[in-house]
Amino acid sequence: MTDFNDIKESLVNLDEPRMLQLVKDALENGNLAGDILNKGLIAAMDIIGEKMEKGDMFIPEVLMAAQVMANGLRVLKPFLKEGESSSRGCVVIGTVKGDLHDIGKNLVAMMMESAGFTVHNLGVDIPPEGFVKAIKEKNAGILCLSALLTTTMPMMKQTVDAVVESGLRDQIKIMVGGAPVTQDFAHNIGADAYAPDAGSAARTAKTLLI
Amino acid sequence: MFRIIGERINTSRKQVQTAVIERNTGYIRMDVQQQQDAGAGFIDVNAGAGIGHEMEDMKWLIETIQPIARVPLCLDSPDPAVLEMAYGMVDQPPMINSISLEKERFDVMIRFLKGKACRIIALCMDDSGMPVSSDDIVRRAEKLVFELEAIGMKKDDIYIDPLVQPISTDTCKGNMALGAVREIKTLFPQVHITGGLSNISYGLPQRKIINQTFITLMMGAGMDSAILDPLDERIMATIKTADMLLAHDDYCMAFLKGVRSGLITS
Repeated sequence: MTDFNDIKESLVNLDEPRMLQLVKDALENGNLAGDILNKGLIAAMDIIGEKMEKGDMFIPEVLMAAQVMANGLRVLKPFLKEGESSSRGCVVIGTVKGDLHDIGKNLVAMMMESAGFTVHNLGVDIPPEGFVKAIKEKNAGILCLSALLTTTMPMMKQTVDAVVESGLRDQIKIMVGGAPVTQDFAHNIGADAYAPDAGSAARTAKTLLI
Repeated sequence: MFRIIGERINTSRKQVQTAVIERNTGYIRMDVQQQQDAGAGFIDVNAGAGIGHEMEDMKWLIETIQPIARVPLCLDSPDPAVLEMAYGMVDQPPMINSISLEKERFDVMIRFLKGKACRIIALCMDDSGMPVSSDDIVRRAEKLVFELEAIGMKKDDIYIDPLVQPISTDTCKGNMALGAVREIKTLFPQVHITGGLSNISYGLPQRKIINQTFITLMMGAGMDSAILDPLDERIMATIKTADMLLAHDDYCMAFLKGVRSGLITS
C-alpha cells in the first residue's frame, strides 16, 4: 500500500517533481486514482488551508500549491472513474453588486475547489437576482458572498434577503467575507457563517455541509 | 515635497468609531494634532462606517477638527450630499476623496466638483473593474485628467490614484504600478500621483518592509503623495530619506531635522 502521507507532504512542501513521481508510483502500485486524489492531494490542500489560516503559509505559496495540485490532477484524470472524484458539494460564489473587487473572492473559490467542492464563480458586481438564479440552476448547497467596501456591505444583506424571498433559504448555507465584514455583521444580516481568510473559508464550508 | 494625506480619522478604525459615537472631541483633536506634527499635509476625514448616520458624524468631525486644523482636510465620502455639506464647513480649499470612472460615481462627482475650489483624488477605476496593465492605468488617468480639465480643474489640483494591487497574487503588480506612474508623470508633469500603498503587501508577512521599499520605488517613478498613517515612524523616515535622495530637500534640511528629532535612524 502506498503511504498517502508522502504525497501529502510533497504537496505541502510544494515539491512538484516529487509529488508527480509519487502520484505515478501510487498509480503503478494499483491505488485507485480517487484515493490518491482524496487522501493525498485534497488532504494536503486541507493542511495548506489550515497553515494559511494560522499564518504559517502565505498567499503566493497557496497559489503555487494550487498549481502543483492541478498538475497532479492532470496525471490522475485519465484514471478517475465517473463519480470517483465526487464533489464535497456545490458552491456558488461572487462579489456583490456595486463591488468590483475579486482577489479575495477568487482565492476563496480556489481553496474551495482544491478542497473538493464544485465551485461556480459568478464574478464581480453580481445583483441579488443573479445569485438566486445561480443557486437554482446549479442546485448549490453553499452561497459565498464577498464585499470589500463598507459601501457595498448593505448589498450583502439585500442578497441574503433576496434568497429568503425566493424560498431557497432552507436549502442553502450562506457564507460572507471581505475586509470590512465581521462575524457580528454576518450574524446581523442572517448569514450562516463568516470566514476571515480563504483557508478558513474552505474549512468552514466543510463544516456547514456536515 | 512629498505630500502625506493622513488616513487616521476614519470610522472604520475602532478607536475613531468609538470617539465619534461618544462625541469625544479630545481624542479626535489629539489624533489630528499628532498627524499634523508628524508631517501630514492633508487630514483625511471619513465617517462612512456609520451606515445611516454618515452625515451627522461627518458634520461633527469637521466641527471638531476645523478649529485646530493647520492643513487642509481631505473630505472622504462616496456621497455627494455629505461632501457638499462638508465642503461648506471648511475654511481652506479641501481635497476631495474621490472620483472614479465608474459611471454612477463619475457623473455625480463631476456635478459636485464643477466650479469648486478643491483638489481631487481620481481613482483609475472604471465599470470594468480594477486596471489590468500599465497601459490600462495610463488610459484611465488620461481620461480622468481630460474630464477634470474640461470642468475647469487645474492639473496641479488633480491627484491620480493608480490603484496599487497586491503582488501576492501576481508578482507583476509592482511593475505595473511603477510603469504607469512613470508614463503618467511623462504625459502630465504637473499632475500628482497619490494612493494607498499597503495593498501591495496584502497576503505577505513582514508587510512594513515591503511597503517601505515600494514607496521608495514609487517615489523614484514620480509618486509625490500618499495616503497613509503619518504616525508610522518607519514609513515617514523612509519617505523623508527618499525625498532627499530625489533632490526634493534643499541642503538636506528636512532629513537632518528628522535625524535630530530622533525620527530617522539607520
